[in-house]
Amino acid sequence: MTEATGGIEMDENTGGKIKKFLYVNRKAPYGTIYALESLEVVLISAAFDQDVSLAFLDDGVYQIMKGQHTKAIDVKNFSPTYRALEGYDIEKLYVEKESMEARGLKEEDFIVPVKVLSTAEMADLMQSQDVVLSF
Amino acid sequence: MLHTVNKSPTERNTLESCLKHLKKGGAVLLIEDGVYGALKGTASTKLVEQALKNYPIYALYPDVEARGMQDRVINGIKLVDYSGFVDLVAEYPTVQAWL
Repeated sequence: MTEATGGIEMDENTGGKIKKFLYVNRKAPYGTIYALESLEVVLISAAFDQDVSLAFLDDGVYQIMKGQHTKAIDVKNFSPTYRALEGYDIEKLYVEKESMEARGLKEEDFIVPVKVLSTAEMADLMQSQDVVLSF
Repeated sequence: MLHTVNKSPTERNTLESCLKHLKKGGAVLLIEDGVYGALKGTASTKLVEQALKNYPIYALYPDVEARGMQDRVINGIKLVDYSGFVDLVAEYPTVQAWL
């Protein structure tokens, strides 16, 4: 059973406490590298069986827009990857209502199911985490 | 003068500042994250629509489409491709790139 772990013996349960990780996404995709880098780190974290949540606020809500076509700007369209997160047991995706509305967006504009939170609820979510990583 | 804006209006005040500095004969081209300034139903839509009455505003379509915004562009904003971008740069005597 060591093949998948590169020869390192790993127990299913290493006894470590499962921590709550929140990834805060506040940048639009493509204009900067933040959105893609965040997604890469989220995927890495999926390997560590932690309690992962993703928050999208401010321009971060643009990351999960439907209908992205990036062929003409010659960069990878990574938006379909958000739909794959479910397969890694990352299912807690939150969008801040005020950020969404300021941009004329609705829940059905997003490529993945999300839970819409008020700013106050988002603040509570942030407060309840063990680790917050901001992009 | 052609003004290019490449920052989102909800990330920086670049677009707002650019629009305030427009003079007769000026035009604006929205590129990269600047294309978020071309959208209907946002906090900056009114400002852009006001500017559209006096100045031509363009948006780079490949950047609009990359971000999934092809159905949300304000009426009156002209969409250009990369060769249209080059034409605009050639047409205006000077370019100011707002960063």
